[in-house]
Amino acid sequence: MITEPIVRASTITVWLTQAGADVRARGDYLTQLDAAIGDGDHGINMTRGFDAVDKALAGQGDGVLPGRLLILAGKTLVSTVGGASGPLWGSALRRAGRALGDVEQFDGPQLALALDAAIDAIVELGAAAPGDKTMVDALVPASRALHAELDAGSSLDQALAAAAQAALEGAEATVPMQARKGRASYLGERSIGHQDPGATSAAIILAALARSVGESG
Amino acid sequence: MATATTPAMKKFLNDPADAVRESLAGLAAAHHDLLRYDADAQIVVRADAPVAGKVALVSGGGSGHEPLHGGFVGRGMLDAACPGEVFTSPVPDQMLAATKAVDGGAGVVHIVKNYTGDVMNFKLAAEDAADEGITVESVLVDDDVAVQDSLYTAGRRGVGATVLLEKIAGAAAESGDDVQRVTALARRVNARARSFGVALSSCTPPAAGKPMFDLPEGEVELGIGIHGEPGRRRERMSSARELAGVMVEAVVSDLQAPPGAQVLTFVNGMGGTPQLELYLLYGEIDRQLREAGLEPVRNLVGSYITSLEMAGASLTVLELDDELASLWDAPVHTPALRWGA
Repeated sequence: MITEPIVRASTITVWLTQAGADVRARGDYLTQLDAAIGDGDHGINMTRGFDAVDKALAGQGDGVLPGRLLILAGKTLVSTVGGASGPLWGSALRRAGRALGDVEQFDGPQLALALDAAIDAIVELGAAAPGDKTMVDALVPASRALHAELDAGSSLDQALAAAAQAALEGAEATVPMQARKGRASYLGERSIGHQDPGATSAAIILAALARSVGESG
Repeated sequence: MATATTPAMKKFLNDPADAVRESLAGLAAAHHDLLRYDADAQIVVRADAPVAGKVALVSGGGSGHEPLHGGFVGRGMLDAACPGEVFTSPVPDQMLAATKAVDGGAGVVHIVKNYTGDVMNFKLAAEDAADEGITVESVLVDDDVAVQDSLYTAGRRGVGATVLLEKIAGAAAESGDDVQRVTALARRVNARARSFGVALSSCTPPAAGKPMFDLPEGEVELGIGIHGEPGRRRERMSSARELAGVMVEAVVSDLQAPPGAQVLTFVNGMGGTPQLELYLLYGEIDRQLREAGLEPVRNLVGSYITSLEMAGASLTVLELDDELASLWDAPVHTPALRWGA
């Protein structure tokens, strides 16, 4: 019998801190991807947002519910990132937080539902579909992999590792796509041949989630 | 394509991270009779706001397009501007603060250029304003004909028409028109305006420190927006006459104004093109528009919606009627546009 890792508020804090550190470390890379098909500031904007999230989380005492932490982080991103990434990631985290409600800890299936709620928020606000060369192209395969692994009886660690891998592959699969949403879409066919920066940062953030749950489980 | 070796950035900066804030502080120092800068809320507000009973106009977007939008705050134009980081949409908190600061009880109109980030952030702000009981109408500007197939793109970008729309809607609001009327006029300007831009060079955001794209010697980008994003296609540099021809053809064929239509011709510099070239270009464009059967009766020539120091120009043609022409002529007093006042 595998002891199933349980996700707690502390896991959320570890995840968001780790995600911020990874986004910061890969900031130049994200900005480079964005310079090719966008306006060259994705790494800068996401770093600004996660810097603010770090500060907001540092002000939270023990006993805060995980859902509340996600809502706080989402609000912080909306208020600091700007561009499209701010509203999209902000709405995603807020919706995930609301989906978790007042639970103090949760398991894999609940995490999968929270991820789906986040994706729903992104799709509603951004109206992007798979294949449009956006963050959705990383997140939807990740959700699919997470559900499939959990349904097959994998541990949450394994399921999240598979989800992170699917997100990474999804991001890489945006290279041959022609962008249909966001600033890259203005380039038409010239957007082909470049990896989408939004899908790439999504994969980085999901990889941080897999690592954080693995460590704290 | 953005990794070309580049000369060191030479700009008037202290810390690049403070560029937007310090520039806004300077704007306020130069024009304290017209506007004030609220550094906490990161907004520029008309000095006498809120004007009781007047419809208020709020716009905003990434910085780097100066004088848009802060330079258009004042009498007869905008009540507030929300500047984001360079080429990055501002956040809803700024838009909500601006909306509350200028609400004179007659409603607030948000003027939103059609970019994914601007649209989302203004949408969240309008919802927040509604929660606080402030009526907000949103007007989307999407005049850039270079973006052709809106089913497969984020839709046409908002570019040069933004300046004309802010002036005309601002005049309507100043004259006491109600929020429905101001909104309808603004939408009419957008519906009757078309734009097309050409870049002769890239531009360098202060925080990035290097040009956004690499434009080889002897080449131009056709169909650019205002964020240093590459255009639709790249061609050999040619004469002003030929480039004017590309711009006029793109705009006129899409506008489909009736023969003899009276138009406002806006030849806009992207930030790094001198007035000498802009007027030379205007001469070509004016002649070619007349050959195409249109009658330019108003014009604006200068750098009003820019991409930092980019060399290049955009053409906006607005089909006028008597009402739009008279609102264009109405007094305006802002840092960047001033006549009749």
